[in-house]
Amino acid sequence: MVTNPLGLDDSSGLTQPPSAGDIFVNKSFKALTAFFTWATILLLAYIVFKIGSEALPAVSKYGLEFLTSTTWDVNEGKFGILPEIWGTLYSSLLALGLGGFFGIAIAIFLTQDFLPYRVEMVLKNIIELLAAIPSVVYGLWGIFVLIPLLRPMCNFLNTNFGGIPFFSTSLSGPGMFPAALVLSIMILPTVAAISQDAFRAIPLKTKEAAFGMGTTRWEAILRVMIPTASGGIFGALVLGFGRALGETMALAMLIGNSNKISLSLFAPGNTLASLLALNFPEAGNHETSVLMYAACILLLITLLVNIAGAFIIAKTGSGGK
Amino acid sequence: MEATPLSTSPTTQETCNCESVCFVGSEATLPADVALDCQVEKIYYGDFLAVRDSYVPIHKNQITGFIGPSGCGKSTVLKSINRMNDLIRGFRFEGKVHFHGMDIYDKSVDPVSVRRNIGMVFQQPNPFALSIYENVAFGLRLNRFKGDMDEQVEKALRGAAIWDEVKNKLKNNGLSLSGGQQQRLCIARAIATEPRVLLMDEPCSALDPIATRQIEELMIQLKEKYTVAIVTHNMQQAVRVADQTAFFAVDISSGGRTGYLVEMAPTKELFENPQQKLTKEYLHGDFS
Repeated sequence: MVTNPLGLDDSSGLTQPPSAGDIFVNKSFKALTAFFTWATILLLAYIVFKIGSEALPAVSKYGLEFLTSTTWDVNEGKFGILPEIWGTLYSSLLALGLGGFFGIAIAIFLTQDFLPYRVEMVLKNIIELLAAIPSVVYGLWGIFVLIPLLRPMCNFLNTNFGGIPFFSTSLSGPGMFPAALVLSIMILPTVAAISQDAFRAIPLKTKEAAFGMGTTRWEAILRVMIPTASGGIFGALVLGFGRALGETMALAMLIGNSNKISLSLFAPGNTLASLLALNFPEAGNHETSVLMYAACILLLITLLVNIAGAFIIAKTGSGGK
Repeated sequence: MEATPLSTSPTTQETCNCESVCFVGSEATLPADVALDCQVEKIYYGDFLAVRDSYVPIHKNQITGFIGPSGCGKSTVLKSINRMNDLIRGFRFEGKVHFHGMDIYDKSVDPVSVRRNIGMVFQQPNPFALSIYENVAFGLRLNRFKGDMDEQVEKALRGAAIWDEVKNKLKNNGLSLSGGQQQRLCIARAIATEPRVLLMDEPCSALDPIATRQIEELMIQLKEKYTVAIVTHNMQQAVRVADQTAFFAVDISSGGRTGYLVEMAPTKELFENPQQKLTKEYLHGDFS
């Protein structure tokens, strides 16, 4: 029994020092939380280390040429991932453009008093349900519904405006445009939800200030609300972009997995993630190392995007102090 | 920049149309020294009668102080003057506010243009998350100001007695300033478009005593060019700055909590020789 250090009379029994058991639970709780935190960090380090070391033979053999060459031939032992890097960035940027635009528009509509609060909440939840649809279901929907639906329009654009590089090929099946479209739907709930949080975080006094200056509702949104929420909106876009870069299953099903670099929206392409997903089952020892190298590049791209995003949010966010 | 005449345009906002209680009043019948005549018959939030029977003339180039216990409707009346209350669901105004030859609650008046001509400073400093410069230029851009923007921004910042403190950091975010500086920035933002009337809703309540004193000194300078109406919970502040004082109280007789104007007079007169028993008791500190 610990003695009462203050020497207070505890005969009433109303105050007691913590018991040895209390102190033990307290200390072990602290140790346990610290353990899990460090375990997670170590696991991350281990994953990166392992992928890096597995990739090392390929890195030393192919060097930077791996990033700039365009053939992927297992039999000849030639590997290059430029088309995949291009496809990853191109599809993600297209998705970011589309999904970002719609996501921000939805966030404005659901936060700026266009609807009664209850309706806002119902719509918000329905849109977030989009995130609950499994990737493979999006892929199936893309193949059997979206592509047949898009094909006549895409081919019309190709025959009539084929001179424009974006429409320079016809859509025969899977391709960049359907893939990017599905990708944009997949990142939409992320962008919409985080942008909504940013708009809802704007204090009422800011809105009052805007209307007090004599703004119309649109002027208030464009000149005050969007600039005020810009840090959060930007964060939403970065997270959406990060999600698009790493998305695998739906893209593997929709993009066509063809080793080509093309500006055309209707041409098939490939991404790093779907390259990894489709090539690992038949990979021999040597190809495994090559795939690990490609995985490192994907990791590096997403890491850079996230760091850049965090950096810019830190600079613009929280009132820009 | 010359103040532009109050423009009118069809409005979709709900306006009160109270033919039965119309006042004969028009610009012609207003005394020459009254810039704005606020004649509240009744103000409702939904079914709740918030304010009744408060006729408050706002005198030109003077400071009119609104005092009274909390819940007496002084802020509600102030915010009715530039139709800020239209933003609140269920708000209904019966009465008139004569300003520049028209009733700003007339159906043909767009509340947006009312707010562009009657500036407002709020209880909490609320600069936009924009640069100091852009905060002040905000109203100018909104009104498509064609003149020298830099000059007008500097003029407003000087007018709000904050130019010397911010002239070297106009690109910094307005929110990076201290509370008192933010409030003076908000005043600069409000006066940049040179509105005829400036409404201030407890502008010092979130500030420390030094910042409060600065804002009070600023108000006294501002009345040379502007007409100012200020709500304050602080009687001493009213004595220090206001030329006219309107005392509001809460009427709980009919079961509700309805604010109304008890009396209004030049500040000295009201404080030295109140005509109403209620005013006397309030000024004496019997209730607050």
